[in-house]
Amino acid sequence: MLDYVTSYLKSNTTPGQAGNLLWAFIYIILIFLGLSVAVIAMNWLERKILAHMQVRLGPMRVGPHGLLQPIADAIKLLIKEDIMPAEADKSVFWIAPVLVVITAFTTFIVVPFGPTHAVTDMNIGVLFMLGVSSLSVLGIVMAGWASNSHYPLIGALRSSAQMVSYEIAMGLAVVAAVLMTSLHGVGLYGVAHGAVGDGTLSMIDIVKAQQDQHAWFIFKFFPLGLIAFFIFAVAMVAETNRAPFDLPEAESELTAGFHTEYSGFRWSLFFLAEYSAMIAVSSIAVTLWLGGWLRPFATWLTGETWDLVFSLFPAATFLLLALIAIVGTLRMPKHPYFRVQTIGLAGFAAVLALIGIVLLMPPVRDRIQDIYWFSLKVAGFMYLYIWYRGTFPRYRFDQLMRVGWKVLLPVGLGVLILTAIVGVLL
Amino acid sequence: MTPVATPFFFYLLSSLALLGGILVITRKNAVHSALALILTLLALAGLYLMLYAPFVAGVQIILYAGGIMVLFLFVIMLVSIEKSQREEQFNKQWIAGLVAAVALGALFVRVFVKSKALHDLAGMHPAQLPEQSNTQEIAVYLYGNYMLAFEIASLLLLVAIIGAVVMAKKRI
Amino acid sequence: MVPITILHYLIVAAGLFVLGVVGVLTRRNVVIILMSIELILNAVNLNLVAFSRLWGLHGQVFAIFVITDAAAEAAVGLGILIAFFRNKETVNVDEVDLLKW
Repeated sequence: MLDYVTSYLKSNTTPGQAGNLLWAFIYIILIFLGLSVAVIAMNWLERKILAHMQVRLGPMRVGPHGLLQPIADAIKLLIKEDIMPAEADKSVFWIAPVLVVITAFTTFIVVPFGPTHAVTDMNIGVLFMLGVSSLSVLGIVMAGWASNSHYPLIGALRSSAQMVSYEIAMGLAVVAAVLMTSLHGVGLYGVAHGAVGDGTLSMIDIVKAQQDQHAWFIFKFFPLGLIAFFIFAVAMVAETNRAPFDLPEAESELTAGFHTEYSGFRWSLFFLAEYSAMIAVSSIAVTLWLGGWLRPFATWLTGETWDLVFSLFPAATFLLLALIAIVGTLRMPKHPYFRVQTIGLAGFAAVLALIGIVLLMPPVRDRIQDIYWFSLKVAGFMYLYIWYRGTFPRYRFDQLMRVGWKVLLPVGLGVLILTAIVGVLL
Repeated sequence: MTPVATPFFFYLLSSLALLGGILVITRKNAVHSALALILTLLALAGLYLMLYAPFVAGVQIILYAGGIMVLFLFVIMLVSIEKSQREEQFNKQWIAGLVAAVALGALFVRVFVKSKALHDLAGMHPAQLPEQSNTQEIAVYLYGNYMLAFEIASLLLLVAIIGAVVMAKKRI
Repeated sequence: MVPITILHYLIVAAGLFVLGVVGVLTRRNVVIILMSIELILNAVNLNLVAFSRLWGLHGQVFAIFVITDAAAEAAVGLGILIAFFRNKETVNVDEVDLLKW
């Protein structure tokens, strides 16, 4: 029994490949916890960052600087009344949010946080993620249909049409990146002597291919990787129904679209699924183009000292956050009403500082590297999502479809063909 | 990959597939039938994974469950079903149809029980197909031996797209 | 427990096939008949993939082509259904009798 537990730790693969159910289960629990924390943090960050972009403050009352706002929102959603529309189809109404959440969470089975830090490494990793995220269209169509009312139905049809159209552009960009795993060029255009094997769809092998070819795919074959990345970045925003492509759930046009008739816990399931899907497609983008868990400048800044410098980054991030929290504590108003909030913020700062100090210790430092760089890149994408929401006006539906079919699809095909030609010629 | 708990997963997935199949042919509401068909398709994708065919499983999830079933659901929503739900569901020849299906089932059972070749096959231990290179090997076949079939399939899809659009247009 | 062999998969495929045949022969609603046809195609696919376990990857390649053809057929069949529904407001097969004597 004990060596069932420890035998995995000595192996060099993911738990799924080793067939170790216990460790796979532990990884799944960790992913659930991590996703929940990430969604809660995203909720707070979105409201604060949008507010600061719009020169206002955002939530400030519930806890110091609104840090407890997501918890208050969660409690509110849990105790709300659960309404079902009169003529709604009960079983379909019940199953729609469940399906959307299941597909959003199932994609995380193959997301690699490190060379062995994934639940499993399927041979078809990228194909699996794209396929399972296309199942969420079914959940949305069912949600709109089962609500038995106009606005949800129109919102669901628009949303599913949009998601299906942009899936094609996403697929073409992904194929271009997968093509790059088996092609090699010269100089900036790849490394002629690098070890290049067959092409691969497995997420971990794609990152290893970037490691072996000493180039992140966003920089490979210079403009082509970048254009493929842009196509994917635009298509993934449309795929998750986020601004500026959020007409299907726009509050001002469609009274919240396909989830109008859902309240309380069911609505929070849609919300959870939306943010998880955002994190999932950002993970695809990070894995395919931005080098997954590899640290930046892995080929230009090599050697012991640079490795040490980059390994201090996780601790530095947390210590910086702790410093910001301490500055915030010192700037709190000196009034007895704010005493609890000041103490709370000081406690938060202490927790962050503690995590930072723990990350400074060498054994933790070596193991946390991969997870940290991956999470940092995905967090960058989350910030981009929020930035887009605060900056761009909404696309009208026909403009949205035009961009998907007449702009992204031809450019995607062109990038694919050019990648193949350049790869074969060089 | 080391297989884990194969009989449990086999029985679970095949019973889900058969349950989905039964629900497809017996529900009054077409949307419920479509959902049951999605259940069957996903269970079959799991069975393909157990048969060391991950690429076919991935294609099944993307194309069948994520594409064809969305098409079915759209058409069901377009074609109003409230009226048809209250009508008679099974046609006049249902007894003859059932007898024919039972005869077919009996034929299958006799073939499975009597055939020596099938039992020899069942005794053969299936080779442990390498799973890590499944996609690459399918690609070798698809773009090598079966290149003509591949091109014809793409032509077929083009014809199907044009045909479906022309059929469903209001005014050609 | 009997170890799971290819025969088990063939039996499941045969069961799905018979269910699909029952659906095609006894239902009136066109959409459900089309879905039963999809069940039949999936049963055939399971059969192909099960045999490819013994005899090489040809079965899996064939299964991919079957899935492609099923997509094309479903699209055209549903197009025909929409065209017919626009003329006669029904989805029942036995009311498609305009050419009957």
